[in-house]
Amino acid sequence: MSDDRITIEVDGKPLPARKGQMLIEVTDQNDIYVPRFCYHDKLSVAANCRMCLVDVEKAPKPLPACATPVMDGMVVRTRSALALGAQKSVMEFLLINHPLDCPICDQGGECELQDLAMGFGNDVSQYQETKRVVKDKDIGPLVQTDMTRCIHCTRCVRFGEEIAGLRELGATGRGENMTIGTYVEKSMNSELSGNVIDLCPVGALTSKPFRYSARAWEMQQCRGIAPHDCLGSNVEVHIHNNRIKRVVPGANEAVNEVWLSDRDRFSYEGLYSEDRLLRPMLKNSEGQWQEIDWSEALRAVADRLKQVRERDGAGRIGALVSASSTNEEYYLLQKVLRGFGCHNIDHRMRQTDFSYPQQDGLFPWLGQRVSELELNDAILIVGSEPRREVPLINHRIRKAALKGARVMTINPLACDFNFDLDSRIVCRPSAMAHHLAALLKAAFDITGTEPANAVAALINAIECNEQHQHMAQTLIDSSNTGIILGDTVQAHPNRALLDSLVLRLAELTSAKAGYLPDGANSAGAWLAGIVPHRSVAGKPAAEEGLHAADMIEQSLSAYILYNIEPGQDCINPAALTAALQSADFVVAFSGYRSEELESVADVLLPVAQFAENEGSFVNIEGRVQGFKQAIKPAEEIRPGWRAWRILGNELGLEGFDYQSIADIQTDILPAIESTIPATARPAPLPASLPAILQTLERITLRPIYAVDALVRRGKALQQTAVAGIQGVMMNRITAEQLHIQEGEDVHIEQDAGSAVLPLILNESVADGCCYIPAGQPAVEGLSHWFGLITAGKAQN
Amino acid sequence: MTETTPQLSEHTKAEIDRWIKKYPQGQQRSAVLAALREVQHENQGFLTTGLMDAVAEYLDLAPIEVYEVASFYSMLETRPVGRHSISVCNNVSCMLRGGDDIIRHIENKLGIKVGESTADGRVFLKQEEECLAACCGAPMMMVDHKFYENLTTEKVDEIIDELD
Repeated sequence: MSDDRITIEVDGKPLPARKGQMLIEVTDQNDIYVPRFCYHDKLSVAANCRMCLVDVEKAPKPLPACATPVMDGMVVRTRSALALGAQKSVMEFLLINHPLDCPICDQGGECELQDLAMGFGNDVSQYQETKRVVKDKDIGPLVQTDMTRCIHCTRCVRFGEEIAGLRELGATGRGENMTIGTYVEKSMNSELSGNVIDLCPVGALTSKPFRYSARAWEMQQCRGIAPHDCLGSNVEVHIHNNRIKRVVPGANEAVNEVWLSDRDRFSYEGLYSEDRLLRPMLKNSEGQWQEIDWSEALRAVADRLKQVRERDGAGRIGALVSASSTNEEYYLLQKVLRGFGCHNIDHRMRQTDFSYPQQDGLFPWLGQRVSELELNDAILIVGSEPRREVPLINHRIRKAALKGARVMTINPLACDFNFDLDSRIVCRPSAMAHHLAALLKAAFDITGTEPANAVAALINAIECNEQHQHMAQTLIDSSNTGIILGDTVQAHPNRALLDSLVLRLAELTSAKAGYLPDGANSAGAWLAGIVPHRSVAGKPAAEEGLHAADMIEQSLSAYILYNIEPGQDCINPAALTAALQSADFVVAFSGYRSEELESVADVLLPVAQFAENEGSFVNIEGRVQGFKQAIKPAEEIRPGWRAWRILGNELGLEGFDYQSIADIQTDILPAIESTIPATARPAPLPASLPAILQTLERITLRPIYAVDALVRRGKALQQTAVAGIQGVMMNRITAEQLHIQEGEDVHIEQDAGSAVLPLILNESVADGCCYIPAGQPAVEGLSHWFGLITAGKAQN
Repeated sequence: MTETTPQLSEHTKAEIDRWIKKYPQGQQRSAVLAALREVQHENQGFLTTGLMDAVAEYLDLAPIEVYEVASFYSMLETRPVGRHSISVCNNVSCMLRGGDDIIRHIENKLGIKVGESTADGRVFLKQEEECLAACCGAPMMMVDHKFYENLTTEKVDEIIDELD
């Protein structure tokens, strides 16, 4: 390895370097600052701004440090008269067309051009002619353009091509007429588009929701953890006058690198939604809502719960919990309820099949470290669209794919991937098990392994086609293989079977199987005991309670909803609503009021969301990440753990003397941190595969900006092109069979409910399926997301 | 955005395919210039967003990549122009030999300024061209890729009047 090491001299100091490194990498590593605009260590080298020109001995003219490979014995001066003169000249050129409108520019105070102009700019420009003006284009609700300020560094263009995988911005025109933009009126639709705001070294691309609302130097910064997906991206929350002004990425190479998904960046707007629940509310005997204070409210909740316990038993109480709350909330919640005798606790609101709970892993983990994903050389994605579920996990998969990994999918939707797939199977949900079984069979055939009897019985009758053979061969051939199961599998009526088949396939092909679970803290929910069969750190529960589906089906006497919106967050909204309506008592801990909650609940308790809260999350690789309260929540909104602590005392339970979040963490975090993630064991297989259905199947998944109450209220996100799709999607063949034309209304019936939705033709939907994106008000009357439906042209 | 992407003609596709073959496999993007030239030729001398999208689709490029190329090269027109394109040189040799007078004459004759097209869509007075390497025949102009040298106003009239 030593041949690789060389020494160069920069500003008189000898520096170690590796062959092939660019000069700027070496100076950056050694804290020697070379000014730059276009260079970014996550992007390719463009060398078009020329700001990093330095003086290299024996070179006839200054060289750009970002594009000059180091050589042994190279002598570089970054501050010589030649270097500084070159840098100053470049600065003067860059400022020729720059409007110098810093006083009205959002970038002012955190602008790379402003900073470098201080260091390298002249007071007076030699340029006397008119400056050019570039007309702005509207590129969507998230990114504001002021392209007159652009200095053509092309970071945003390279970002689109190299990171987002979606080339949306480009440099059109030539010379003085060159502009950066989309050329046509078009919005940026990448789920990572907000990153161009951070990348832009000037004020050309800034945050639209943040616009004109604060100055960089007025704000305080507080570290946080993004609350929408199981990756747990690190964020910096920027605060002014106790209000979140914006959220930017916090660099963490092992988690989100330096990026942030738009969902995590812009959802903070939801904190300021008009329908925030600000004070505890109680429904009085006349059915009127009245405001009360916290202690009264919690006393009322305790009294009502005790009444239910006395009359029907604590087993008639059920707690349905969000998958995005903190470990500390979870821990106290289950400690209170289990202490009270109620064991019906679950966070799996979007799971249908709860069979074989003893086979469940410690928590649904990725099967490998997040940073290892990009080293995989083959990845099989089953029932998942990582780009929609966890955008930055998709980014890691994309990195693997760009390095040559072969990515294959089995999905009921031919989702849009931003990299090339090696192989893709699109099939109706009920056929997924058959394709997995065929893959398994092919893998057994290729490896020449004898399947166990139960497996053999199941797969013998299956026919493998060439694609199955190819996919199995790819999995076997690769040495570092990942399999990812997503929300489609979690929601699938045959989840345990799909899971079992995948785990067996993983075992046979030495692949690492992993999950992309719902919410920001599914892992924490499992580890803190928010499942009916496990208590803290995966220990079996003393007494096993009902899981989410049973709690709903058995129509209990009392329900506790914890950050759940029944119509949007449950896989069977109609059933949940019916159960809540017939219950004697419902208490909802929520960030928001809604007609729906007001109609079913008896008490509403305002709990802190996102940066108002404090605590910790566990991400899909088992990483525990804590965060402090960044802002004081409005009015009477309080962190949920405080409510549970008081409720514990009100219910007369021991051990609720916690004074601060740190006290709770002493109880729970060591236990969580000492666990080692373990993948689930394959569940026993049935004697035969469930039949492939011939009738119309419903598929409902949650669109990227509909995953939780906070993001559903993110104003800017809801204005993006991908949000708010209203309608039912099917492919042309299915639509023709139903005699419906694009744009016509479709009448859909499912169980007792019905809905009317416009038809959107979409060839990515599998034959015989209707894809109904979740979160549409029109479909709240329908029942299960993966059920059978009938559809026909609406009559009116 | 255009509502629907127009189809490329069979002839254009064949022409693009011919160019794609000249480049190594997987480098079909190299044919983008030839493709745009062909499409522009078939579309009476200019490109539309829809046609550029069609080229992007055919060559498996992002539309913006085609817009970048089309907006960069001066021989590609991205707005509707007249079907005959005239460029008059006014670089040193032509300027000394009366190129500017030729431009003024054409402007007066057609009632348009440089960069404009006639209302009937017949002629597009494209630009004052920098040197087209025909100095020995100055003043010169290029009409639809054809050079005309040693121009006089009478000769210009004749050439323009003959355009359909």
